[in-house]
Amino acid sequence: MSEPASIRVRLPDQLQRLARLDREVMVPVTGDVTQRSVLSALERAYPALRGTIRDHAGQRRPKVRIFACNQDVSHDSPDEALPAAIARGEEPLFILGAISGG
Amino acid sequence: MSGVRVLVGTRKGGFILTADGKRQRWEVSGPHFAGWEVYHMNGSPADPDRLYASQTSSWFGQIIQRSSDGGRTWEQPGIDPSDIPRFDELPEDGSMPAPAPSLFAYDTSAETGKPLTTHQWYDGTQHPWEFARVWHLEPSHTDPDVVYAGVEDAALFKSTDGGQSWHELAGLRGHGTGPDWQPGAGGMCLHTIILDPADERRIWVAISSAGAFRTDDGGATWKPINRGLVSEMIPNPTADVGHCVHNLAMHPSNPGVLFMQKHWDVMRSDDAGDSWHEVSGNLPSDFGFPIAVHAHEPETVYVVPIESDSLHYPPEGKLRVYRSRGGGNEWEALTNGLPQEHCYVNILRDAMAVDRLDDCGIYFGTTGGQVYCSPDGGDHWSPIVRDLPAVLSVEVQTLK
Repeated sequence: MSEPASIRVRLPDQLQRLARLDREVMVPVTGDVTQRSVLSALERAYPALRGTIRDHAGQRRPKVRIFACNQDVSHDSPDEALPAAIARGEEPLFILGAISGG
Repeated sequence: MSGVRVLVGTRKGGFILTADGKRQRWEVSGPHFAGWEVYHMNGSPADPDRLYASQTSSWFGQIIQRSSDGGRTWEQPGIDPSDIPRFDELPEDGSMPAPAPSLFAYDTSAETGKPLTTHQWYDGTQHPWEFARVWHLEPSHTDPDVVYAGVEDAALFKSTDGGQSWHELAGLRGHGTGPDWQPGAGGMCLHTIILDPADERRIWVAISSAGAFRTDDGGATWKPINRGLVSEMIPNPTADVGHCVHNLAMHPSNPGVLFMQKHWDVMRSDDAGDSWHEVSGNLPSDFGFPIAVHAHEPETVYVVPIESDSLHYPPEGKLRVYRSRGGGNEWEALTNGLPQEHCYVNILRDAMAVDRLDDCGIYFGTTGGQVYCSPDGGDHWSPIVRDLPAVLSVEVQTLK
């Protein structure tokens, strides 16, 4: 098995507080770097985040958005490869709460 | 030294207000869970240091928080808050974790006999039951690890392991009227849970807008208890279900007597809910949300009249708590220390509570962010805090 890639993930304020994490965390991802593999690595590392970004069926919550290299990839396939800059750890994967009031 | 701990849930976090028995000088801690909606916080009667909180977000879902030190520190049950691994400690296993099991999964098993999947929607069609949030947490009188949760869409859940895992008491939705329940303006929520202190097998719940229900066998079987309620806005005003009950209250020494603030009408039952009669009497409006009973006077009842279901603020812009010392019908306005002009806040259904000190304290929170306290049963009021986020719930613990 190849060395895991170190993937940077930027968390929204509410999830930083919930899991007592800094704004940006780094998680190890083995194999393809996709939304699914990164979120799975994140949830594995920080169980307090389980169920918050993806619901209990594993689906992205409707008001959560995922940005990669200035692109909204929320609606892309969760198994699509993320940009190389994210896979190389040059850019973070952004997890955001959609702007909708409050 | 005796004292009180007031647990305040708001739109943007939870707050804990503490004072000694005089209830004049307050310490304020919070916001806890800043930025999240805290629908309810409540303490265990069996262990006052054990608290539960419903932390919820329409972005990030439902979290249950638990404290074992009176609210100084919190944890998600089952997750060690100090266990934040360094990067080089993180698991490298490439396998995908299974989705986290839902904390509040509706019971659709065949064992319940009637797995329910739909209820009535606003337009009269049937709609799937969908979990939204926990409105109310009610810990057991005897076991700090046993706690009940009332949720939206309406159902009752129970945990026996301190909030780590939950199972539905599915007999409530399955007793037969479930498909006729409809959401009210605030959603279809189970917002009130009363445990009989003398018999924990007996539980009352209230659902908007379905009505009140009771079990006498610990939650296995339920029946609607809405006889005597009259709701003119529904097709059959005296139907078994469909009533928008806003809140119930009971004095622990007198569990056969219940008081109800309905959408319109303040009601009373002298037979544990089997039948109800109206006790609105001389109230300026019998619309309102919370209702509470004095800690030492089982016939002293408090409500906060609200103008109407379209005007969710006090009549005439005057914030008045009304007290009846005779179990209803005759009500007196309590105004000393409350704003008597230009006041247009609302007081939500779970936002009034009483303490159990010798001079019973009454508390309520407003959608304008004030939490008021009267340390003398309602005669004199003053704000503990004035500028919190909109208050969703208020509970009080009396500390020895």
